[in-house]
Amino acid sequence: MKPVAFALRSFARELRSGEVLVLLAAVTLAVAALTAVGFLTDRISKAVARQANEVLAADLRLRSQEPIPQEWRDLGAEFELATAETMSFPSVVFAGDENALSTILVVSDGYPLRGAVRIADRVFGEQHPADGIPPPGEVWADGALLARIGADVGDMLSVGELELRVAAVLTYRPDQSIGFASLAPTLLMNMADIGQSGLIGEGSRVRYALLLAGDEAEVAAFYDAVEDQLPESIRTRTAEESGERAFNAADRAQRFLSLTAVISLLLSAVAVAMSARRFAQRRMDTVALMKSLGATQRFVITVSLVQLLLLGVLGVLAGSVAGYAAEEILSRILTDLLAGDLPSPGMMPVVLATGSAMVLLFGFALPSLIQLRNTPPLRVLRHDAMPPAPSRLLVGGLSLGAVAALLYRSVGDPLMLLILIGGIIVIAIALYLVGRGMVAMLGRFRSGVGVAWRYGLANVARRGRDSAIQVVAFGLGLTVLLLLTLVRTDLLEGWRQTLDEDAPNHFLINIQPQERDAVAQLFTDNGIATPEFTPLVRARMTMINGESVKDREYPNEDGRWLANREANLSWTAQMSDSNELLEGTWWPEDYDGPPLVSIEEESAMNAGLVIGDRLGFFVAGQEFEAEIASIRKVNWDSFQPNFFIVLSPGALDDMPTTYISSMRVAEDEEPVLIDLMRAHPSISVIDLGAILQQVRGIIEKASLAVQAVFVFTLAAGIAVLFAAVQSTIDERRFESAILRALGARRRVVFAGVMAEFAALGAAAGVLASAGASVLAALVATQLFELPYQFNPLLWVAGVSAGIVTVCVSGFFAARSAVNAAPVEVLRGAAT
Amino acid sequence: MLAAHGISKEVSSPEGSLTILSDVSFSIFAGDSVAVVGPSGAGKSTLLALLAGLDLPTRGHVELNGVNLSKLDEDGRAEVRAESVGFVFQSFHLVPSLNALENVMLPLELAGHAEARRAAREIIDKVGLADRWSHYPSQLSGGEKQRVAIARAFATEPAVLFADEPTGNLDSRTGANIMNLMFDLNQSSSTTLVLVTHDNGLAERCDRVLALDAGRLEPETGAAA
Repeated sequence: MKPVAFALRSFARELRSGEVLVLLAAVTLAVAALTAVGFLTDRISKAVARQANEVLAADLRLRSQEPIPQEWRDLGAEFELATAETMSFPSVVFAGDENALSTILVVSDGYPLRGAVRIADRVFGEQHPADGIPPPGEVWADGALLARIGADVGDMLSVGELELRVAAVLTYRPDQSIGFASLAPTLLMNMADIGQSGLIGEGSRVRYALLLAGDEAEVAAFYDAVEDQLPESIRTRTAEESGERAFNAADRAQRFLSLTAVISLLLSAVAVAMSARRFAQRRMDTVALMKSLGATQRFVITVSLVQLLLLGVLGVLAGSVAGYAAEEILSRILTDLLAGDLPSPGMMPVVLATGSAMVLLFGFALPSLIQLRNTPPLRVLRHDAMPPAPSRLLVGGLSLGAVAALLYRSVGDPLMLLILIGGIIVIAIALYLVGRGMVAMLGRFRSGVGVAWRYGLANVARRGRDSAIQVVAFGLGLTVLLLLTLVRTDLLEGWRQTLDEDAPNHFLINIQPQERDAVAQLFTDNGIATPEFTPLVRARMTMINGESVKDREYPNEDGRWLANREANLSWTAQMSDSNELLEGTWWPEDYDGPPLVSIEEESAMNAGLVIGDRLGFFVAGQEFEAEIASIRKVNWDSFQPNFFIVLSPGALDDMPTTYISSMRVAEDEEPVLIDLMRAHPSISVIDLGAILQQVRGIIEKASLAVQAVFVFTLAAGIAVLFAAVQSTIDERRFESAILRALGARRRVVFAGVMAEFAALGAAAGVLASAGASVLAALVATQLFELPYQFNPLLWVAGVSAGIVTVCVSGFFAARSAVNAAPVEVLRGAAT
Repeated sequence: MLAAHGISKEVSSPEGSLTILSDVSFSIFAGDSVAVVGPSGAGKSTLLALLAGLDLPTRGHVELNGVNLSKLDEDGRAEVRAESVGFVFQSFHLVPSLNALENVMLPLELAGHAEARRAAREIIDKVGLADRWSHYPSQLSGGEKQRVAIARAFATEPAVLFADEPTGNLDSRTGANIMNLMFDLNQSSSTTLVLVTHDNGLAERCDRVLALDAGRLEPETGAAA
């Protein structure tokens, strides 16, 4: 008979008998994890790719804080480019008494020049591409905005002095921010309405943009023509530049997701290797018998390979289905975090996961099967006749090669790959040693416990290597889950605690100089402390010590960014309480000499600025120079208005100035703010409480999604446990039979097995708690600069979660061994 | 048709080289039934393994159907077995994931038999398991398992049948029935039978008795008829 045909037939028999199920489960799990993550990243990158081409809603964008002069628009027309104008600024939108901060996007005919706006007739209704822009008097509002203010399509909204009708729900615009949605939802309105809105005044935080699109060559020609002529205040951006940034953000997200997939994959690999070893051992007798009946080595190995292939195909099918289902759930969790809807995934992840599963299967299972080929037929007579162990070089080489091949796909860079593999080997060895240490420690408790526990702990110690691997596999999965659940709340709580009870909870921005008295009066009338007004002047740094900021060398990119971006300047006679002088001297209160400037510590370091440096600024057509007199440290968490660059009194006189203010407004005093916004529509009120709430919401959801991915890691840990128990099941069955034959009741044997799993689970829990604590402390102190507080609950949760998961999975894995009738087991050595 | 030419088997052990079989020679003719007897550790199973080509002697060689087994590699010996050897083991060695019929089909499939299923059904009827063919080994009694094993051994109509303590795991009555079945099939298919046994009663039912003691063949005292 042909080996392939024989393999096909006997595989069906193997499946029926359940012999290959654990191996199949391990492969399925690996594929499920890979496809779920693959599908998700595929969707995200498709969304990014789609947006990258449209992200400007144009081919080229000129942007400024001031209206863009008509001449550039005319020049665009000369180059036969289509043009459109936009303005955007934050403002509060009202529906009755409800209000919410919104990004107002004002657009002219023709917007968007690239891509399409999509709208729906009702919230969560079916979306369709919009025809043109909202007519005057109407707006399209983001569903989140409508939800926040309790409005719907057809309702009237107040924006500044305008009453506008909601004509549709805005579901997508090409130039919305990529990735996590911006905090303020969009309201899209017609340019024709803006004149009567009363929203635009001198110093308003409006971003004006001129969009241009057309033939690629014409756009390039236009760009070349204007590049050097544009004033400082106008910034250009091409679609390519935007796309690149978008890709970078998505790339980071993808790498993170890949990392979780890699961890699940490595654990699945361990499960595959263990169950393959068991599979091979179980087949050894059959192979010996087949050889005694005349099967050749080639026959045996062909049968094994074909069956392995079939197993892979089945695992891929089942895993793809499971992965697809998991991805659906994941993307639902993420859907309102990711801007716009996600395009449906392609089939590529299935192809990649299939490849990975096969690599995994052949890398980790093949050595065991190759060993099968050498099974001596003599084994039919002498059961101790074993094939020679597969060469360590072969096993190590194949599995390492498999891991490297799989990692290469997600890492790409050979050097990174080397570092990563080196890291994995070192960490794996370290973890394994820790696992061995824990197993050894468990053994010490043996003398002081009852018979069941002694039996259980003896088992842990006897299968030291497998026990250590199980402890580590479970420990890893648990570590991440603990880190994400408990530590996340710890961190947020820690952050909240650093905020002063009396810290301001509202910011007012864009207060015109003439509005100050009225605003102060409004607060005083309502019994709220008179707010302080801090002046703000928008400027651009042009020179440092006479050298253009564009040409200067900077210690790092942050410094370059700082020097080149639009800067918010302020002036004060007295240094704010939330600042600390580090170097230089603060100017006297009645200072009226030449302009001096004080720089924030980190900015100074990044931009390479020292005391005595002269900074040139450009504000609304005027230029002036100021000398650095001091360097300050700023406590940003104070929520006081603070600035990187603060000037001495008098330096900014006669410049276009707006004021900002911060204050604490109790919840029952909030109607004052509504009165304020109605009386002064151009003032923006920023509710820090609401923003903190939103940030919290985003963190919650993002970590929920991450946790969902890590559930695969835990599942892979369970697969390892199952594989490990399966690989010892004959031994366990025999032991259980002997114990019971010696008079142990089934309950005692069972308690012993449970004791073994409880011990393993506890060790995994301790490992996970320790790991999560260290990581959390690092994250808190290094990343967020918060003091880390030891949380005993973490350890309670870690150890109990470890014990419960391992015991429950162990119970299902091992119950058949305990339940088998001893007489059958002891006699059944003969089959 | 089956001959041992001065075969010896030595294995290395912690105490040095250990001789299990020492210079054993004999010939067995086609259709003969031969019992190999001797106390535990005398080398009976080793001799069986060498005769069937499951293992190779340290010295000397085995000739099966005119072929020197020592000159073949493992696959070559496997082909010889597929063509002309059948086995019955003390511990049955049924494949647990295959049912009775599939176990009997196994050597037929390995030998590329065109109608494996039909042939297997016939022989399984012959051993009296017509209504048990779909049962898995775990669902069969010891006697039934050995009947399946015998059906499997005779399915390919081998020239030589090796039986290693075939009744060792069975009670005496079941054992007797099994042996009757085996001798009947042996006679009806004129197979050469090599039977390793402790049981003198069984040995006496064979044409010849080869007695081993400490790895040496004792002079034949005469055959029972």
